Amino acid sequence: MATVPASAKVVVIGAGIVGNSLVHHLARLGWRDIVQLDKGPLPNPGGSTGHASNFIFPVDHSREITDLTLDSVRQYQEMGVFTESGGFELARTEERMEELRRRMSSAKAWGIEAELVDPAFVKEKVPFIEEDQFIGAFWTPSVGVVDSLRAGTIMREAALETGALTVVPNVEVTGLDVEDGRIRRVRTDGGDIEAEYVVIACGVWSPKIGDMAGISIPLTPAVHQMISVGPCPQLAEREGEISFPIVRDMDTFCYERQHGADMEVGSYAHRAILHEPEDIPSIEQAKLSPTEMPFTSDDFDPQLEQAYELMPELLGAEGAEMRYAINGLLSLTCDGNPILGESLVKGLWTAAAVWIKEGPGVGRAVAEWMVDGHSEIDVSHSDIARFHPHQMRREHTRLRTTEAFIKTYGIVHPAEQYESDRDQRCSPMHASQAELGAVFFETGGWERPHWYESNAGLLERYGDAVMPREHEWDARWWSPIINAEHLRMREAAGVIDLSAFEVFDIAGPGALETVQTVCVAQCDVPVGKVVYTPVLDPGGGFRSDLTVMRLGDRHFRVVTGAAHGPADRKWFGDHVPADGVTTLTNRTADVVTLGLWGPRSRDILASLTSDDVSDAGFGFLTCRDLQVKGTPVLASRISYVGELGWELYVGADDAAGLWDTLLDAGAAHGAVPVGIGVYGTTGRIEKSYRAFGFELDGERSIVEAGMQRPKVKAADFVGRAAYLAQRESAPETVLCTLVVDDHTSASGIKRYMLGGEPVLTRSGESLTDGHGHHPYVTSAGSAPSLGRHLLLAYLPPSEAVIGNELAVSYMEELYPVTVGSVDATPLLDPTNERIR
Amino acid sequence: MIVVLVETDLSGAAVEVSREAVTFARSLSDAGGGVPIDAVVVGEPSAALVDQLAAYGVRDVHALTGEAFDSFAGAAWASGVLGVRTAKNAVVVMAAGTPRGNEVMAHVAARAGVAMAANVLSFSGLSPFTVTRQVVGGAALEEMRLADRPAVFTVAGHAVEAAPAAAAGGAHVVVERPDVDPADLVARVVSTQAPEPDLSGSLKSAKVVVGAGRGAGSADGFADLLELTELLDGSLGVSRVVTSLGWRPHHEQVGQTGSRISPDLYIPCGISGAIQHWAGCSSAKAILAINTDAEAPMVTKATYAVIGDLHEVVPAINAEIRRRRAG
Amino acid sequence: MTSVLVCVKRVVDSSSEVVLTDDGQAVDGRYAGFTMSAHEECAVELAVQIGDARVVTLGDADAVEQLRAALAVGCTAATHVVADPQTFGPADVARELAAVVREHDHDLVLLGNDAADSGDFQVGIRLAYELGWPVVNGVATVSVQDGTIVADGAGPNGHETYRLPLPAVVTVLEGGVEPRYPTVPGRMKAKKVPIDERQPTAEPAGPGRVRLLLPPPAPSDVQVLGKGAEAAPAVVDLFERLGVLAR
Repeated sequence: MATVPASAKVVVIGAGIVGNSLVHHLARLGWRDIVQLDKGPLPNPGGSTGHASNFIFPVDHSREITDLTLDSVRQYQEMGVFTESGGFELARTEERMEELRRRMSSAKAWGIEAELVDPAFVKEKVPFIEEDQFIGAFWTPSVGVVDSLRAGTIMREAALETGALTVVPNVEVTGLDVEDGRIRRVRTDGGDIEAEYVVIACGVWSPKIGDMAGISIPLTPAVHQMISVGPCPQLAEREGEISFPIVRDMDTFCYERQHGADMEVGSYAHRAILHEPEDIPSIEQAKLSPTEMPFTSDDFDPQLEQAYELMPELLGAEGAEMRYAINGLLSLTCDGNPILGESLVKGLWTAAAVWIKEGPGVGRAVAEWMVDGHSEIDVSHSDIARFHPHQMRREHTRLRTTEAFIKTYGIVHPAEQYESDRDQRCSPMHASQAELGAVFFETGGWERPHWYESNAGLLERYGDAVMPREHEWDARWWSPIINAEHLRMREAAGVIDLSAFEVFDIAGPGALETVQTVCVAQCDVPVGKVVYTPVLDPGGGFRSDLTVMRLGDRHFRVVTGAAHGPADRKWFGDHVPADGVTTLTNRTADVVTLGLWGPRSRDILASLTSDDVSDAGFGFLTCRDLQVKGTPVLASRISYVGELGWELYVGADDAAGLWDTLLDAGAAHGAVPVGIGVYGTTGRIEKSYRAFGFELDGERSIVEAGMQRPKVKAADFVGRAAYLAQRESAPETVLCTLVVDDHTSASGIKRYMLGGEPVLTRSGESLTDGHGHHPYVTSAGSAPSLGRHLLLAYLPPSEAVIGNELAVSYMEELYPVTVGSVDATPLLDPTNERIR
Repeated sequence: MIVVLVETDLSGAAVEVSREAVTFARSLSDAGGGVPIDAVVVGEPSAALVDQLAAYGVRDVHALTGEAFDSFAGAAWASGVLGVRTAKNAVVVMAAGTPRGNEVMAHVAARAGVAMAANVLSFSGLSPFTVTRQVVGGAALEEMRLADRPAVFTVAGHAVEAAPAAAAGGAHVVVERPDVDPADLVARVVSTQAPEPDLSGSLKSAKVVVGAGRGAGSADGFADLLELTELLDGSLGVSRVVTSLGWRPHHEQVGQTGSRISPDLYIPCGISGAIQHWAGCSSAKAILAINTDAEAPMVTKATYAVIGDLHEVVPAINAEIRRRRAG
Repeated sequence: MTSVLVCVKRVVDSSSEVVLTDDGQAVDGRYAGFTMSAHEECAVELAVQIGDARVVTLGDADAVEQLRAALAVGCTAATHVVADPQTFGPADVARELAAVVREHDHDLVLLGNDAADSGDFQVGIRLAYELGWPVVNGVATVSVQDGTIVADGAGPNGHETYRLPLPAVVTVLEGGVEPRYPTVPGRMKAKKVPIDERQPTAEPAGPGRVRLLLPPPAPSDVQVLGKGAEAAPAVVDLFERLGVLAR
């Protein structure tokens, strides 16, 4: 039995691709006294890395995942373990061809060379493929395979050479000791290690290790089936591991990947086969390795047939036999993203649910995050702090991954909703909203009405102004009622359920210090002021944007979106001084937010309260307590839709009553219930309001987003130095609002972009900003009050000129666009008259 | 009474496992109040065999003789054993857990219409008669009830240590010439010959295989390994990564997707022992692992190991062999 | 052409550490998976080399997997005696197999020498008595020439040959042939072969099993000969002892 050092600065648990990459980058960034443990032997301790098929297709619709992949490829190349093979993604149907066209958008947006090719092109490179089985393909020349075990060894040895690392294989973690909310010690069967930091990087076993410290790492081990067929003479005659492009047969959810003389056929088509981390066998119990479970051939048989149809000569070649077949375990999460970052236990980090294609990039990002407080690549969609309590349940992970497994190669609409494990968080108005025909979309587990079928009658009233969409894809998960609700709100008023807002109060002697430290904007304001503020990381990238209300001398309320709420709450919590008296209290469950906006909103509110709600009596960006028809509410005059109005914070018990009251009183003024389709898209895009996770992320600055104010507050805050420096130089990229000039496609059908599309010159040439990035649409949506479809995109400064004529590529067709705004100035009501 | 089938070697002596079976039978006899133990042998016993069985406490030695017993036929042997059993009304019929022993006892059980337990290690009760035996190739044990009479079973090799009895038996030789039904001689050994050595020189038939993994370093890193292979008149086997990298041809691959080998000695050099590789070499009679990592699975599973870099160890071995040859 | 029946049993793959079910009545296959024994793989290989081979198993619904595996490497028909194998003793299994042999008029039955899990060493022999046929046990190769079976295997005193007329039962030990792996077309074909399902002909008497136990673990007994180049003399001593040095 190996023994472990008695203490370490950081203990990394796991020696798969992630753990190895992490120790390398931690050592490279200067950390010392790193201990890496694995319960298995080296170089292959038996986790998912050991049986990975090791190929990398760089194009993903997610920018974050693509960036991590591209960074990983670069690292693999530097280590000399990357072999470029090229790769095809085949389409057997027209629907898939359309998806491949959408994939072209992502490729262009992320700057990856790719092209759509015909079957003959594929046949030339893959002579043993049957051309008549598919109609086209997406060709990525930069696809390749890596030797992930070798890469792991190289990275581990690099760290060892610096003297920063001690590696102890064959040691099992038996416990994690947490004291005062901080990790203290790792217990192993080879002794205990006192540690300042611990990183759980042990893939499918991570939940089990997390449980030892009382944290949830919501991933599930899931089966990916793979067989190896060979030796195939067509492959054997070429030297080396791979000489033919990898084929992803998208419509059968299969891939064919050469491995020496063998062809590996993998599948994501079978039923979701999930395991519990506790039920993974030990190294001794496993036939092959713990993550190579017994093959269940029945599940694979349909894929075998499809693979055979595609490559009959190869897979049916004389002597080609199925010699190796596994149910390989990999990690899946409820939203498909990795689980990275510091957990609710201070000093206890995670780096799990990572695939080979992202491994080294994740190792670098997490190491930077640990050492510098932020990473070059924004990984906020992978932050472990993103999970709401219901998402931390194993059952939720199980249900969602079961539903999502078949979508691994699926055609997933960007707005597609999950069906399983819904109704986790319903507002007090849920039942009455359902009666109104609310169509619920989910955010952070909250069921939010996206539009109300009860407003269908407005369609006739507004006619073509609702900008109906002719193409099914553009209109999927969408309704023209959204635009009708929008127009009604702008014409009269709308009542919006904002229950999903994450609301938390910071109170006590350190409250001001906390909000001042976290927020860019001046928060040392009179009681009753409402502050909208960016939140930065130490490098000056966005961590969030949110509003802060000063409710008392030592009492602030923070309101932020549901999606990023838990991460914001953790970030503020991390900055609450440890004085024992300053507190952060989550009020999300007991405070419900209702929005009332529109030109008639003041009349409506005035009809329900004796308090003064005039502009003079209740100014913009102020808040105070009101009695609304006898119900106590905290009203805040603010707007994310560009209209006069209020957010009303009410106790959960009173919320349903207030909802009815507002709708009843509003009816006379023409108010209707309005969904999140307006709040999140149409209302905001007409006002060019930025949204975190779309326009704002860790790789963007306040200056680039056009959100800088004349002055910077004197008080120190996170990211201040970086922000000051950003203000001193010209931006490398500029967030602009673009107007689509013509929607007509070649077929005559009008098409409407949904976001993620590349922005090009009018003639279709690529553009590049000062960061080397290519412009793409960060948000897209109808602007019914303008009768236009608007796009937000970061453009190279030289292109950020009002009136500049550019193009957007959508489904491989170019549509003309014109720059309408080059800063935060909205196209609708640029002087904000309506808000007053 | 207990009847034990005793097998003999070419010299005519009782093989060790049969002596173990007799030893086992004695412990059973002791538990049963000293029931006598008779042996059944095939062919006229030598004086040495009779002395041996006497020392082991055998009462009578029944010798099955006649043309029917000149070459092996399981059914014929069983009919002979059963003849003795019936004549003496034995309550136990047993043999060593050898291929012959298991085969003949299965015939006995089938003919007598009783159960049979193979590879018994011990017994834990007489009424009901309960035995513990090896199953799953020895990886698990089964407690099994053997209620039928006669109780038919075989004794697993090394279940007990063969030991002579405290008091010698008479070992009276009873020459039996049973009538054997011709049907019991249809399946019969018609010829026996010493096996021919496989001289094909292939990986699968090699007596020694030198294994190489990524530790070889490059396609040029095999010179020392090939020399060792030659000095041992063996074959070179490689792990999957070596063929994947194109360093060596596919037909040299050992493992799940390559050849499965069973040499007298396998010498994996710089192979950690990934399970896929282990699947191809686990049948080797002995393994000498050369590896820098003393904890590598290949080392812990090996019979012998040298801890060190193959690029240092292998040339030193080659030099030592050449030195001794020269000397 | 000889009509061969080859008998297989779904067993837990026991190449890794054996885990027992909670009730101690069986080996737990959830980690290691299920297979047929190596002896039976060789029996299947021999069967398809000899002629038209039907594969049979007695087992629960999952045992179809082993039938398909045999079909994938060349068996052309399959019979599934649907029963809980834990409740069937060797004599019970032999009786059920005999019924299948009679039904299809097979003239050669191949089995593994012993099942990898229960290790009873007797089903083939009991089957022969059920049928009134001769039985050859524990051979490595079997062929049929002009109605005569030639079977070869290792005996205590050397290589043994049996020669006998059909019909007969032969039990096979691994090592004489290299069982083929399935091909993709073979596997696809196997999927389409209808499986003849039948019920047991009689209530089983059952095995005598009380329970299964695990033996104490065997320690790693690697003998380290030394470190680095200094170990060379000890290594060559070992070569001399094992007699593996080339002459």
